[in-house]
Amino acid sequence: MVRRTGSQILVESLLREDVEVVFGLPGGQALPIFDAVHGSELNFVLVRHEQAASHMADGYARSTGKPGVFIVTSGPGATNVVTGLCNAYMDSVPLVGISGQVATDVIGQDAFQEADIIGITRPVTKHNFLVKNVNDLARTLKEAFYIATTGRPGPVLVDVPIDVQRAFCEFVYPDKVDIRSYRPNYSGHSVQIKKAAEIINKSEKPVFYIGAGVVASNAESEIFEISKKADIPVTNTLLAIGAYPLDTSLSLGMLGMHGTFCANKVVQTADVIVAVGARFDDRCTGKVCEFAKKAKKIHIDIDPTAISKVVDADVPVVGDAKTVLKEMIALIDSKDRKDWLRMIDTWKTEHPLWYNRDDDKLHPQYVVEKISELTKGDAIVVTEVGQHQMWAAQYYKAKNSRLFLSSGGLGTMGFGYPAGIGAKFGNPDKEVVVVAGDGSFQMNMQEMAVAVLNDINVKVVILNNQCLGNVRQWQEMFYGKRYSHICLAKRKKCPKWCNTPRRDTCPVYIPDFLKWAQSYGALGMRVTEKKDVEPALKKMLGTKNSVVLDIWTEIEENVFPMVPAGASLDNIVTRMNG
Amino acid sequence: MFLHMEDVVRHAISVLVENKFGVLARISTLFAARGFNIDSLAVGETEDPAISRMTIVVKSDDCILEQVTKQLNKLIDVIKVNEFNDNIEYVERGACLVKISLNKSNRNEVMQMVEIFRSKIVDISQSSVIVEVTGSEDKISAFVRKVMPCGIKEMCRTGIVALGRGQSIIKVSSGR
Repeated sequence: MVRRTGSQILVESLLREDVEVVFGLPGGQALPIFDAVHGSELNFVLVRHEQAASHMADGYARSTGKPGVFIVTSGPGATNVVTGLCNAYMDSVPLVGISGQVATDVIGQDAFQEADIIGITRPVTKHNFLVKNVNDLARTLKEAFYIATTGRPGPVLVDVPIDVQRAFCEFVYPDKVDIRSYRPNYSGHSVQIKKAAEIINKSEKPVFYIGAGVVASNAESEIFEISKKADIPVTNTLLAIGAYPLDTSLSLGMLGMHGTFCANKVVQTADVIVAVGARFDDRCTGKVCEFAKKAKKIHIDIDPTAISKVVDADVPVVGDAKTVLKEMIALIDSKDRKDWLRMIDTWKTEHPLWYNRDDDKLHPQYVVEKISELTKGDAIVVTEVGQHQMWAAQYYKAKNSRLFLSSGGLGTMGFGYPAGIGAKFGNPDKEVVVVAGDGSFQMNMQEMAVAVLNDINVKVVILNNQCLGNVRQWQEMFYGKRYSHICLAKRKKCPKWCNTPRRDTCPVYIPDFLKWAQSYGALGMRVTEKKDVEPALKKMLGTKNSVVLDIWTEIEENVFPMVPAGASLDNIVTRMNG
Repeated sequence: MFLHMEDVVRHAISVLVENKFGVLARISTLFAARGFNIDSLAVGETEDPAISRMTIVVKSDDCILEQVTKQLNKLIDVIKVNEFNDNIEYVERGACLVKISLNKSNRNEVMQMVEIFRSKIVDISQSSVIVEVTGSEDKISAFVRKVMPCGIKEMCRTGIVALGRGQSIIKVSSGR
C-alpha cells in the first residue's frame, strides 16, 4: 500500500472531489500543504488577502452551484477568512475552507501564529473540524464536502495541524459518507404538502415568496410551472434575483426594504403566502407583527430551524424545495385569478420603479439599466454592498438565477470584487460585471493583481458618489442630515462637519481609480456625463481584459422605494417627501 | 422573541451527542449566541462510549423551546434531542454535597435533617460534616433551605439527569 503524507492526502482528496480551483495564500503552518500543491494538478490561485480568498470561493460557489474551496495558513491567515465564512453561512453558500494549524503538541500554548480558529468560527460555520490524526483526514474531508453541499448548504472549515500535514498514512478516499447525526430530510411530509395545496387551491390572493433555497435546489422551473398553472404571482428576495423570469405579468420583483411597491403591496394584501427557501429576513418582512397579517403562511424549507423562527408558519413543510414542489404541482388546481392579477397590474403601473430619466444628471440607476440592456441580462452581475447594490438589484434584469450575486445576510462590503473574480474562474465564458460603490471597492481592490495576472477578465463599474452612500442616505433621512464620517473625499482642510458634498467644491477624490487600474496594467476609464455612459460601457464590454470604469454619479441620490427600518411594509416610501 | 413570564416553564432536555471534543462547546455556544440561559447541565458517557448524554435544564416559553430543540438538532454532532415535560413520566435526579458547620447547638438538627431527607453523611470533622443528598431538583433545594440556618460552609451541586419511565426510551436509531 502506498503511504502518503497528510498534505498529499489533502491535495488528492480535493482532486477526487473534482475541485476546479482553490483560492488561498501560503504561510508557515501550511508549508507542507503548499509543498504538496506544488507539482500537483490542483489549480491554485494566489490571492493578496485571505478574506478575498474566502469571497472568491464564495463567488465561485454561488455562480456554479459547486462548493468553493480555499486554503490558508494558521493564525492571521485563518482569522482573515472569518468574515468570508460568516458571509457564506448567512447566505447558505457551500464552502470548504482548509486552514493550517500549529502542531498538535503545542496547541494551546500560544504558539507563533496560533489561533483557536475552531472556537472562533464555530458560530459562523455549518460545521468545523480539527483533524488531530492523519488517519482521519481523508474521511474528514469527504464529510466536509458532504456537509457543505447537502441539506441547507453552508461553509465548513477543516483545521489541519502541521504535524498532521507531515504524518504518513495509507490513503483511502471513502466513496460515501454516513453521518448518523446528520441526515437532512429532502422529501416533505405528504400530509403537509396536501394541506398546503388545499390552502393554495382555496385562496383568492396567493403569492409565492421565493428565496435562495429555490436556487440551491434548482427549483426554478417548478415554481414557474405552479405559478403559471394557478396564476400565483411571485416575489423574490435579494438572493433569488433571476430565479423567476421578470418578463411575465406574474413577476413582482424583489420585496422588502428596497423592494418594489407592488411586491410589498401584494404581500400585505395576500391571503396566502407560500415561502419557499426563504427565511423571513427582517429586510424582507419589515415590522414582523405587521407583516402579511391577512395571509396564511405556508413555509417550505429544508432547514427546520428556519420555520417559525421569525414568522409563525401555519403549514410548515420541511424538505427540499424542488422535491416538495414536484409533489405539490399535481395537487394544485389550474385556476384563473383574474381579479387578483388585475389588482396587481394596477399597482405595477401606478408605482413602477422610478428615477428621473428626463434630466441630464448622471443617475446611478441609469448606469445599471444600461448594463442590463447591453448585456441583455445574461452577464453575471456581482455587487458590493450599499446603495449601488440596491440599484443593481432593482434595475439589473437577470435572465436566470446565479446571474446576480450579492452579499445578503451579512451585507459584507468588500465581497463583490473578489466574488466576481471567483465567479469568472467558474464561468470563463460569461461576462462578469462587478457593480461597486467607491467605498466598498476600496475594501478589496488589491485583488486586481489576481485578476490581471490570471487573465481574469472582470469588469468593475464603480458608481462613484464619493461617499458611503447608504449610510449617508440614512443620516439624511433619519439623523437630520448630520453627515458623520461618510465622505471619502474629506481632508484635513475641510470644515469639521459638512453636509454639502459637491464635486466642484470638494477636494480631489483619491484614489484616482483610473491610475489605480493602469498601475495594474488594466484599462481605467472615467465618465462624468450621462451621455458618455453608454459608449464607455460598450467599450468596457468590448475589452478582453480587466477594466475599471469609474462613473461619477449624483452624490446625494437615494434608494427608493424604501421601507424605513422597523416599519411595516405598508409604510413604503416611493420618493423623497412622498 | 419577547418573553412573557407566565409562559416560562422549566424544561429538561435530553441530548444524545457524539462523544467528541468540542461538542459541549458547540452546545453552549448555541445557547449563548441566542441568549438562552442554561439552568443546569449534566454530561456523561452512555453505555456506548461513542455517545454522551447531556441533560440540559432551561426555563423558557414554548416558542423558544422549539427553536432550541431545532437548533440543537441542527448541530452536526447532535444525534437526538428529546424534551421531558409534564406529558411524559420521567425520573430526574441530581446530587449535592453540602458542608455544614457543626457545633453543640445544631448537631441534633443537622442529624434530623439528614434523616428526614434520607441523605448521607460522607465526611465528618470536629466542626463540620459533608452531607450527600440526591433527588429531584426540588428536594435538593428544600434540603439546602432547611440546613441554611445551621450554617453552610460550602456546597457543590450537579445538574440533574433524567430518564423516561417504562417504555419511553431515547436511543440512537440504527441507520435508515
